[in-house]
Amino acid sequence: MEKTIAAVSTPIGTGGISVIRISGDDAVQIADRVFVSVSGKKLSELKGYTSAYGKVYDKGELLDEAVATVFLAPHSYTGENVVELSCHGGMYITSQVLRAILDSGAVTAEAGEFTKRAFLNGKIDLTESEAVMDIISAKGRAAARSAIGIKEGRLRREIDDVKSSLIDSAAHLSAWADYPEEDIPEVSEDTLCENITNALSKLNSLIRGYDIGKSVKEGIDTLIIGKPNVGKSTLMNFLSGSEKSIVTDIPGTTRDIIEETVVLGNVVLLLSDTAGLRDTDNPIEKIGVERAKKRVQSCGLVLAVFDASRKLDENDYSMLEMLSDVPSVAVINKSDLNSVIDVDYIKSKVSEVVFISAVTGDGIDNLISAVEKITGAAEFDENTAVLSTERQRECTICAKNALEDALSALNGGFTLDAVTVSLEEAIQALLELTGERVSEVVVHGVFSKFCVGK
Amino acid sequence: MSYFAGKYDVAVIGAGHAGIEAALASARLGCKTVVFTINMDAVGNCPCNPSIGGTAKGHLVREIDALGGEMGKTADECLLQMRMLNRGKGPAVHSLRAQIDRRKYSEVMKHKLELQENLELHQAEITDLEEISGGWKAVTRMGAEYEVKAVIIATGTYLGGRIYIGELNYESGPDGIFPATFLGASLKKLGLSLRRFKTGTPARVLKSSIDFSDLEEQKGDEPVIPFSYETEEQLNNKVVCHISWTNENTKKIILDNIHRSPLYSGMIHGVGPRYCPSLEDKIVRFSDKERHQLFIEPCGENTEEMYLQGMSSSLPEEVQLKFYHSIKGLENAIVMRPAYAIEYDCVDPLQMNNTLEFIDHPGLYGAGQFNGSSGYEEAAAQGLVAGINAALKIQGKDPMILDRAGSYIGTLVDDLVTKGANDPYRMMTSRSEYRLILRQDNADERMTPIGRKVGLISDERYGKFLKKQELKARELERIKKTVIPPSEEINSLLVSRETSPINTGVKLVDLIKRPQLSYEILSTIDKDRPQLDANIFEQIEVEVKYEGYIKKQLAQVEQMRRMESKSLPTDLDYKTVSGLRLEAQEKLNKVHPSNLGQAARISGVSPADISVLVIWLSK
Repeated sequence: MEKTIAAVSTPIGTGGISVIRISGDDAVQIADRVFVSVSGKKLSELKGYTSAYGKVYDKGELLDEAVATVFLAPHSYTGENVVELSCHGGMYITSQVLRAILDSGAVTAEAGEFTKRAFLNGKIDLTESEAVMDIISAKGRAAARSAIGIKEGRLRREIDDVKSSLIDSAAHLSAWADYPEEDIPEVSEDTLCENITNALSKLNSLIRGYDIGKSVKEGIDTLIIGKPNVGKSTLMNFLSGSEKSIVTDIPGTTRDIIEETVVLGNVVLLLSDTAGLRDTDNPIEKIGVERAKKRVQSCGLVLAVFDASRKLDENDYSMLEMLSDVPSVAVINKSDLNSVIDVDYIKSKVSEVVFISAVTGDGIDNLISAVEKITGAAEFDENTAVLSTERQRECTICAKNALEDALSALNGGFTLDAVTVSLEEAIQALLELTGERVSEVVVHGVFSKFCVGK
Repeated sequence: MSYFAGKYDVAVIGAGHAGIEAALASARLGCKTVVFTINMDAVGNCPCNPSIGGTAKGHLVREIDALGGEMGKTADECLLQMRMLNRGKGPAVHSLRAQIDRRKYSEVMKHKLELQENLELHQAEITDLEEISGGWKAVTRMGAEYEVKAVIIATGTYLGGRIYIGELNYESGPDGIFPATFLGASLKKLGLSLRRFKTGTPARVLKSSIDFSDLEEQKGDEPVIPFSYETEEQLNNKVVCHISWTNENTKKIILDNIHRSPLYSGMIHGVGPRYCPSLEDKIVRFSDKERHQLFIEPCGENTEEMYLQGMSSSLPEEVQLKFYHSIKGLENAIVMRPAYAIEYDCVDPLQMNNTLEFIDHPGLYGAGQFNGSSGYEEAAAQGLVAGINAALKIQGKDPMILDRAGSYIGTLVDDLVTKGANDPYRMMTSRSEYRLILRQDNADERMTPIGRKVGLISDERYGKFLKKQELKARELERIKKTVIPPSEEINSLLVSRETSPINTGVKLVDLIKRPQLSYEILSTIDKDRPQLDANIFEQIEVEVKYEGYIKKQLAQVEQMRRMESKSLPTDLDYKTVSGLRLEAQEKLNKVHPSNLGQAARISGVSPADISVLVIWLSK
């Protein structure tokens, strides 16, 4: 018998309500040990899909008020008996409630175990279970929406399209080879080439979409740079909505790279505020400047901040040079003050230039659309199919490579059976992607990436 | 009126292509074998086309030969014409196809059975099979009771056979031979589930009544490449075939009379082969096709009967005459035997394991059309597998299980026992995922070591095989070491073949690798080339040219074998594995796969079910 498992299934520390999920044969009995309903009815007396309001106790001591919802096997997320306790949230209370449940006979759910059980009980298929994992960890709105799209099978349809056109070609090739005496029309190499090229371009755009999608989902490593006191920290604080950076009027007070995750429109930015960029003799500050220069080369996006009320100087010029091959947006701050800055020069170096006032909040919408444009998130249509996991990407790349082999066999003068086996390899990879074929590696791979709670 | 007729190790029911290979293998491996045929003159009969081989089927014949079977040798002995199909489409799909003298084939096979030590051939109909302690009792219609350790059923289209020609139908085996009418009931009593399949054959017409003058001729390939690795004599093409086409008129005649076809009137319930349809089937299903091709093939050297390949039908005789006469060249054809459809009993092969033994009936084996396949070559391949395994089991030895990566025979057996057959199963190259490895040119490399281990390959033959392998290895070494220096001669050759000239010395192997070049083309500049068997050059050329693709397939084989190495207990009740879907439980309990790889190939078993099994196995 599988053990009964429990875990907090809402994100820790945010939201007004925390849900603790208990799943397994004894889920209802275990919940009854900690939960007392106002009506006096035991949860074990309830039918599936019913809720009860009551209180949670740990060894007689009141912990919290809660609503308990009972799901009976197989009509639950995991396909097992499930009780969900909705408590008042807060890290401390929630962990106390979970502790009480674990003391009453449940064990802690492993990473992804609820979904794993749902998968094993036939409640969801492999691509769906990967999508669930994505929804849980999706940070931005677009990512969440596209994860839902996968769950609805959008990716599946896209892959099926490519797959069925490849299967058509492979079937024609097979028929032509297997029935030499049946006057099967000869496979035209041009048609074949066209078909493979089309499939290849679809797979390539899926792979490109994955990279954009990855930044949408996991966030873009974003650096805020600018010479001292132009309003970098103010911008960061504005974006992050909390005063994590130290904001002062004395140049050079921000020395450490401070990381913060913010959602800007459709994009998740992993913001780093850096030390003010200027030549300095102060050794402590110098370390910060060097670090910032290095980071510019390795980050995914630079927000270069300028002060509209100050003219460009040597520091600005050298900073602009650094940005030539880095995705960057020039943010001209203090646009509420009189502008003396050479905007045309900046525009000649950085394609996206926006004016904002970090103090008043003006121009933020322009900043959002500039960021979406430069990161590709503007093209990222959450309604198109997206590869959402590394596994799916690997399968797609494998299919892509096989198709490239098919093309080079075709163009290299090889006989068509070499083309056929490459085509079939591509089809096999796509079947694996959609979960129609599976090797144990895939199953283990999927589950090792699940996170706790769902 | 029954009597005890003797004790034998193996009884083979049926002496068609499956029964012959089963009986010869069993007897050659030292088992006392008895073979029953309903008609002594029907041993090794070819009731359909007078040909052996064809795409993928030619692979099977080569593998049968390399494993120690008889079909390839006999086909060579009875050869009328040989062609290598699919030249130009690539080495994976090259296949030999032979026209053979069908009466001679039957006689030669019968004679081989008669001469075989440990083997007795009897004309008798088996009417009852009974499980007894230590084996089986096979009872003939005359009441003779044979006690045997194993039985191989190879009843072909005889079991419950019924012929359909238009509105007429009657109980019959093929070619007017009487059918096996009692055995079916006995098998049902054992609990085997039987079903009806259907197949058909076209008319035979008198050669002198055909006007060949406007028909395209099809000649054999010269020089003839034999099926058997043991055929050393140079064979010759003796006949030509002809090609003709149906036309709008043929189509009209058939459509006007389609209601008289037992297939369309609903009289036939048996499932026909998707891959070998009757003409009316082709015309109905591919209605936009204007014409269909037919081949006119001679049935033998001492007969004027001609076979009309592609024209099988179950329409009434007078409709057949009409539509055959609508075809160019056949306007005045005299039909000697009409076309007919035949319906017969066969089993669901999911009830068997990879040795073709019934899972629930130890010592009972099936092969050929009885297992749901179609075709002489598919039958012979299964007969060989069943015969070898029956003998190995009786002798207490490990079974011979052929996997998908090693042979078409293994692929055939695995498909049958894992996926089953919903219509008569025909082998095709596209059924193999490893076909750049499973080529007809290297069947000996793949199968002869297995045949040797089993005991069907003589010392002499094995010695020759090893010698050939050694010569091949040496030649491979030579082309890797030989450097061809740039010269006017080589460069003009390269340019004439539209490939780039060389300006430094290039290894011979790298020249052979080029798609535009071949051993043959390079013969003038490869002065030190040794005299070797053509097959050695063929194998090397393919391996060198397709190295990258072959490597890829080998990697896939590795992956497959990893899954195959995860054994599943054969006595496992899948209902006790929680998490499996109901359909999967039922399918798995039916098939009882021996490993995870096989389980994954069962239709109705989803990837989710496989992951349940992976987790179940790791517990």
